[in-house]
Amino acid sequence: MIELVGVNKHFGLHHVLKDVTLDVPSGQKLVIIGPSGSGKSTLIRCINMLERPSSGTVTVDGIEVTAHRAPIAKVRQQVAMVFQSFNLYPHKTVLENVTLAPIVVSGVSKEEATESGLRYLERVGLSEKADKYPAQLSGGQQQRVAIARALNMHPKIMLFDEPTSALDPEMIQEVLEVIIGLAQGGITMLVVTHEMGFAREAADRVIFMDDGMILEDGTPEHFFENPQNDRTKLFLSKILR
Amino acid sequence: MTELFERIGFLQQGPFSVPRWEALFANMDLLWDGVLVTLLVASLGLVLALALGTVIGVMSASHSKVLRGLARAYVEFYQNTPLLIQVFMIFNALPILFTGMFIPVIVIGILGVGMYHGAYIAEVVRAGIQSIGRGQLEAALSQGFSYVGAMRHIIIPQAMRVVLPPLTNQAVSLIKNTSVLAVIAGGDLMYAGDAFAGRYGHYGPTYVVVGLLYFVMCFPLARLARKLELRAKEA
Ligand SMILES: Nc1ncnc2c1ncn2[C@@H]1O[C@H](COP(=O)(O)OP(=O)(O)O)[C@@H](O)[C@H]1O
Ligand SMILES: [Mg+2]
Repeated sequence: MIELVGVNKHFGLHHVLKDVTLDVPSGQKLVIIGPSGSGKSTLIRCINMLERPSSGTVTVDGIEVTAHRAPIAKVRQQVAMVFQSFNLYPHKTVLENVTLAPIVVSGVSKEEATESGLRYLERVGLSEKADKYPAQLSGGQQQRVAIARALNMHPKIMLFDEPTSALDPEMIQEVLEVIIGLAQGGITMLVVTHEMGFAREAADRVIFMDDGMILEDGTPEHFFENPQNDRTKLFLSKILR
Repeated sequence: MTELFERIGFLQQGPFSVPRWEALFANMDLLWDGVLVTLLVASLGLVLALALGTVIGVMSASHSKVLRGLARAYVEFYQNTPLLIQVFMIFNALPILFTGMFIPVIVIGILGVGMYHGAYIAEVVRAGIQSIGRGQLEAALSQGFSYVGAMRHIIIPQAMRVVLPPLTNQAVSLIKNTSVLAVIAGGDLMYAGDAFAGRYGHYGPTYVVVGLLYFVMCFPLARLARKLELRAKEA
């Protein structure tokens, strides 16, 4: 479903992704762990081309998005992203946030987008907030709206970039529960997170990144019980204690 | 009463004498015609300035170096040369470009103030766009919006709040700047005033009234700008 081959990313002199190769099969729930600054965000942002790799190829659902004149906007409709800072559209109501792109970008009728939008809002437990504006919601509620907004594109792939890192502790669980619920379904999911409990529960596969490289790659059991790389062990000992 | 008037010399003779005022008020039609031309040039000029300013402002906030360079060149050229010279250039260049065509002076005025204020509005639009967090553009792009679609549906509606007060101020200066048309016999308020005043030397009352008429056109907009500014601050 997603294939990165020899991906490098430089920001000026800073070498942020170092020859990363990664193959994510359809339906997989991949959790990406690693210290801050290790290149996790850059990696998943190369998948929907919010960052353009300096070299290497990225293929999403059979389309090489790094190719010259690749249909990136088309691919992005299949690849939904949930950001650390929600990035809801503040001038639109909750329902409009969820229906805007389906209507404008995908050309879905307003009725259809509204119907499915309300269904997804219900799924994240927020159908009664449909007419509110983002600023009237708590952080946890905003992030759940952002997830409904992503779902209403009917994506094949969902990218989560630290979806709970900007939340107050008491709101983390409500968002994680929604994501765990999603992980029961068939969508391919890549989740950057520091929530180890979530990784254990929801992931099929965990990769550990440090300094722009993937140092560990395996099942959650492998990752938590039997890590091979010294830097992984050090990282785990720090956060699990 | 008349005795009093006779004593007050400047009402009898000089630039502000009563007869001059009377002559002006008898010929107010001329000024009203000028007001109409000024309003026409100002409103169409504003439409042009808004259109140009939006396109060029979006260009100068874009990632493309070429688009940014073009937008910069436009803005710097129009902001750093006098409007008067720009209007003269259009006045002299248009007939060469469109030989044989009759180009009304009003069109030159609309192009002149439209292109000039388009540059200033472009800067207002650019600042407005840049005041909206980068995350908004990324969210829109990640949903498959094109750059222009993201601007139209996500960024510009939000930037509108920020840019409305400075845009209104631009409209005020645009109205005042239509007065450059007077130098190419544009038929606008300034020209109408000049023409009338020059004929008999009624400069004093004419310029007072012309000034007042500009004030009446501009002041409500200036008030609106102030109100919008306060509202934007509250939000
Ligand atoms: N747009 C950018 N310009 C310059 N440097 C960047 C940019 N984005 C990220 N970086 C740098 O790249 C490195 C990796 O960043 P990131 O992928 O955000 O790491 P992570 O998500 O793992 O914390 C960091 O050192 C960061 O400072
Ligand atoms: Mg990050």
